[in-house]
Amino acid sequence: MIHVILAEWRKLRRPTLFLGSMAAVIAVTALVTSLLFLLIDSAQGNSREGQIVTRASLGLPHGITVGFSGSAGLLGLVALCVFASQTAQEYTYGTLRNLLVRQPRRLTLLLGKFLAMNLFALISVIFSAIVSVSLAYALSGKARVSTAAWSTTDARVSLMHTFINVFISVIAFGTIGMILGLLLRSPISSISIGVGWLLVVESLIAVTVKKSGKWMPGQLINSIAAGGDFNANYSHAVLVLSAYLTVGVIVVSVLFRRRDVSN
Amino acid sequence: MPTLALSVSDLSKNYGGQRAVSHATFEVPFGTICGFVGPNGSGKTTTLRMLLGLITPTGGNAQVLGEPISHPERYLDRVGAMIEGPAFYPALSGAENLKFLATLGGLSTDRVQGLLERVGLGDRAKSKYKTYSLGMKQRLGIAAALLPNPQLLLLDEPTNGLDPAGIQEIRELLRSLADEGTTVFLSSHLLSEIEMISDSLVMLRNGEVIFAGRTQDLLLRQQPTILAKSADPKDLPRLLEIAQNAGHEGSIHGDVAHILGPTEWAVTLNKLAFDSGIILAQLAPVLPTLEETFFEMTEEIP
Repeated sequence: MIHVILAEWRKLRRPTLFLGSMAAVIAVTALVTSLLFLLIDSAQGNSREGQIVTRASLGLPHGITVGFSGSAGLLGLVALCVFASQTAQEYTYGTLRNLLVRQPRRLTLLLGKFLAMNLFALISVIFSAIVSVSLAYALSGKARVSTAAWSTTDARVSLMHTFINVFISVIAFGTIGMILGLLLRSPISSISIGVGWLLVVESLIAVTVKKSGKWMPGQLINSIAAGGDFNANYSHAVLVLSAYLTVGVIVVSVLFRRRDVSN
Repeated sequence: MPTLALSVSDLSKNYGGQRAVSHATFEVPFGTICGFVGPNGSGKTTTLRMLLGLITPTGGNAQVLGEPISHPERYLDRVGAMIEGPAFYPALSGAENLKFLATLGGLSTDRVQGLLERVGLGDRAKSKYKTYSLGMKQRLGIAAALLPNPQLLLLDEPTNGLDPAGIQEIRELLRSLADEGTTVFLSSHLLSEIEMISDSLVMLRNGEVIFAGRTQDLLLRQQPTILAKSADPKDLPRLLEIAQNAGHEGSIHGDVAHILGPTEWAVTLNKLAFDSGIILAQLAPVLPTLEETFFEMTEEIP
């Protein structure tokens, strides 16, 4: 297992992929956190779906984490793209046969790749947390937000919980990407279908079908990142999403184990 | 310790109703080079995929290095393979691609540079794979196959895309590997190469093994031809008649008579011609090449 993780890491750490992905992570985090503070007085809202996060709310202990948790959806999309492309490209490049000659235990190969990509996701979440917290402090003065509560124990606990929730949500997005990559065996198809579903289809369903957010995977992931929200409470979101991902993982694991590698 | 590197028995693979490999049976002893030939679509790559555990057979069984192909994890750490051409990550260099595979297989990365030099890619080790020519990609594929210091090499068209000098280098490399004890199972369309390098041969047609054995035995099984040139070309029809009267068919191509018959019959033909007043300017018994034998054996039977 460790050999698979180390080998996969060799691929993931290459500068164009690693620095490119981290730059995207930093950019989306900076964008979401900046808008949160800079548009604090905007009538259009300063958060997801036009919600308004008030100065008073940001001044609470959990205020330091609002920008970070708000970035989770976009971080997740970056993870989905990385997980999907790194999985599906083994088929398009024809490299899967090389991998299976060196590591014939297919589920070990799959799990090792997944764990290596989780490490990649963990680093991206750490970068995001550092950027978001730093920017929150940097912009708090301009936005006239009190930071007194941000250095309390409650704030540290809140930051830790948010970090775990954002990490879970990013891994969930990534897992969806990997499942699509294994099913569709094409990076372009898996990314376009994944992003299309999570950004477009789910939004349309949410508008047309009441309370559909309780059952839509993308909405549930966002609920987890926020520690529970208006769509679904935390435990419901974790339970339903776990069921979806478990079914998906079982299906692709069986397929990957049994499918002939013909290309 | 098994004596056979490969032992294939009754191996079959169907795709839906279509038969790709049918009851293939052959053996490859350790330390030899075995050519694997057949027309396109005859089942060579499917057989190689089954031997590597990439696809499961529909029927039959096979052993690789004494282990059943149902458990590829028991033997693949001693096997090097390149099938269906080289396949690597375009954004990684040749060296990085090999280090990736070495790490994956739990092998040392120390051999990477040496292997790249052995296949003639030492000075392009740091170039990205996507900048390689077809021949360089092929060489990298061979280097990757050599990573585990294999007891058995399974190579599918390893000289594809190489220039004549490159082909010769790879031939010498494979010969030296065999001399060191590595068994090489080699599929190629270059029959002259296979004839030059292989000790034994497995020939497929429509998924069936039509010959498995020593290359020389196959060539000897075919009727040799005696090429005869007379001092006066006008004598050739008479020479052909003499041969036919002795029970040997023949034909005239330009100013040369091609007469089917064993090598030793050339002496008799020379005497018969001399007795009939025909002076032969040239008399050469020729064994059929593997290419000629291949075409004869793999010809579709109506």
